[in-house]
Amino acid sequence: MLKQTEGSRAVAEAVALCRPEVICAYPISPQTHIVEALGEMVKDGSLAPCEFINVESEFAAMSVAIGASAAGARSYTATASQGLLYMAEAVYNASGLGLPIVMTVANRSIGAPINIWNDHSDALSQRDSGWLQLFAETNQEALDLHIQAFRLAEELSLPVMVCMDGFILTHAYERVDMPTQAQVDAYLPTYEPRQVLDPADPVSIGAMVGPEAFMEVRYLAHAKQLQALQRIPAFAAEFRQIFGRDSGGLTHTYRSEDAETIIVAMGSVLGTIKDVVDEMREEGHKIGVLGITLFRPFPIARVREGLQGAKRVVVLEKSMAIGLGGILSTNVRMALSGLHMHGYTVIAGLGGRAITKKSLHGLFREAEQDALESVTFLDLDWAMVNKQLEREKAHRRSGPVAENLLRDVGIVAARNY
Amino acid sequence: MSFQPVKFYQTGTFTVGNRLLPPEERSVQASARRFNSINSGHRACQGCGEALGARYAIDAAMEAADGQIIAANATGCLEVFSTPYPETSWQIPWIHSLFGNTAAVATGVAAALKVKGKRDVRVVAQGGDGGTTDIGFGCLSGMFERNDDVLYICYDNGGYMNTGVQRSSATPPAARTATTMAVGPEPGNVFGQGKFVPAIAMAHDIPYVATATVADLRDLEAKVSRAMEIRGARYIHILVPCPLGWGTASHDTIRMARLAKETGIFPVFEAEHGEIKSVLTIRRPLPVEEYLRPQKRYAHLFGKNPAVETIAHIQALADRNIRKYRLQARRGS
Repeated sequence: MLKQTEGSRAVAEAVALCRPEVICAYPISPQTHIVEALGEMVKDGSLAPCEFINVESEFAAMSVAIGASAAGARSYTATASQGLLYMAEAVYNASGLGLPIVMTVANRSIGAPINIWNDHSDALSQRDSGWLQLFAETNQEALDLHIQAFRLAEELSLPVMVCMDGFILTHAYERVDMPTQAQVDAYLPTYEPRQVLDPADPVSIGAMVGPEAFMEVRYLAHAKQLQALQRIPAFAAEFRQIFGRDSGGLTHTYRSEDAETIIVAMGSVLGTIKDVVDEMREEGHKIGVLGITLFRPFPIARVREGLQGAKRVVVLEKSMAIGLGGILSTNVRMALSGLHMHGYTVIAGLGGRAITKKSLHGLFREAEQDALESVTFLDLDWAMVNKQLEREKAHRRSGPVAENLLRDVGIVAARNY
Repeated sequence: MSFQPVKFYQTGTFTVGNRLLPPEERSVQASARRFNSINSGHRACQGCGEALGARYAIDAAMEAADGQIIAANATGCLEVFSTPYPETSWQIPWIHSLFGNTAAVATGVAAALKVKGKRDVRVVAQGGDGGTTDIGFGCLSGMFERNDDVLYICYDNGGYMNTGVQRSSATPPAARTATTMAVGPEPGNVFGQGKFVPAIAMAHDIPYVATATVADLRDLEAKVSRAMEIRGARYIHILVPCPLGWGTASHDTIRMARLAKETGIFPVFEAEHGEIKSVLTIRRPLPVEEYLRPQKRYAHLFGKNPAVETIAHIQALADRNIRKYRLQARRGS
């Protein structure tokens, strides 16, 4: 059914259609609307049987999900930013125990300085946690990916993170096609756990493993993720059969067949990039896009296949490996090993900095001329940066960095972005 | 004239003997069909108070729930000595997730059971004092305030014994640990710090809070049985002497637990909805010195120049417990 709704509401309704049995909620912007909507459905009885638990922290949220999942319940939670970091120990534990929990991450930056706006630093900080990570481009895809995530998680007995851009998607009202309960039921079978806490058949879960088997356990986690690379296209195909649309999969290409320059990105910024590419194509530029839906496991072969015909690759990412450059671009480099082409890393949109078409036009043209630095910070205010560097040179007690910058720029300057 | 019912006690103890009790009042462990939830062959130290306490507590819970128990376990001695894969002492479904999240994991298990309509299956969470009073305290308090249907059992041996005897917030004052060294002008753990979690549990107004020691195992069993009659958040805090961390002889574990109770160092009581309902009284309060002296963690208080003031301070704390919890048996009028 077509409806005009908020991204968070759409995701909540999709999660509800998946018949979750235990939902843990702890408030953090910008994921709050999702669990609020689910809480309402549980309280008014429209989502039953389901337990909605208001926990005291994100660490508890993931821990309650761990207990519930180990006892055989389909478990869900949502978080963002600091919340994801606060639950990190339990995030690793959930995947280590092989528990198919599904979690929405409403992508938001990580402090300090505290900032509630969107980038991908939170989810990417957990890239090696053993969770599968899917990135939604649109609200429709966010909704669809949640349905696929439960299927994927339970099939593989691994937890899945569905990442959607905070505010840009979570708070945007857009048209979505909401599936019916019958469609979701046809796609998502009842959860049959591989291991379950049951007095009729007692097992010990989570005991100590020494050096004699630890590496093998870890390797198997890797092997399972590689299995996911095979399964995900099949799940997406099955999804198309039942729901009648393409969603999910590993990557999506756009006008990249004969492209000399290919832009790689994840999430909602792909929409802006495609608009710019359309405009540049009209002017005759040979430019295309490779959108990455699945970040973990990283679809190395597919990315290589999608990029190998290009002369240059520009990875535009809302994340940063401080002291190195990019995170997504480092992963893309793995896929391009041995290929001779120019590779550029563009760090953009951190902490909600708008990524405008105007900036992208300039950036892509520079890239086409191979005039980009290997690591570029899109729309970075160099004057602001340099002023602070000078200040630190001049005074030992130069004070809090963020405060200095905001004093320099003044409150009005925020309007520029 | 007051009436004194006749009681029979085992020689040298105040514990009434099993053989003198009617069968229905006998210890769960006295039965040949006891559950052995923690089976023999585990790696606990000789004289481990925690192994003893856990064995009685979990078997009593199993008895009360007709064998329908799921346990969540914090990281710590109990987890390590009972389960390195592929061996496990646990004859019950058991999960270890992390050090600090056991109460929350138990909440999750309870939620799953509720949603699946398995009301007969009950949930027990367990951890040491570090996993309970320190790192797991946030999750514990959350489980309490939501009144989740979980019995949480803390085995308190007064420190992080698994990592090599470091201080926890349950380490008693003056005790030497690896991080409260017996050096300087005030050797050992600092006075005026630490917390008594049973009192904090009571402040949550949860249906049931009790303390126990491994000196009176029948009392421990009875408290677990009572706790299992109740739904909602329940907390039992068991003092379990640790020969390694306390520097006591393996054969003295039960004696040390008894001395902790008989000196007033560790008050043994039960409370419902924040109000104390009963206490194990002390017949003849013993001086704390009798409890402190056999323990190497207090060795710096004795020797050539005994720390008279420090011992008096500990005595004052014990006396305060006796007053506060009304531990002294009332004499006949």
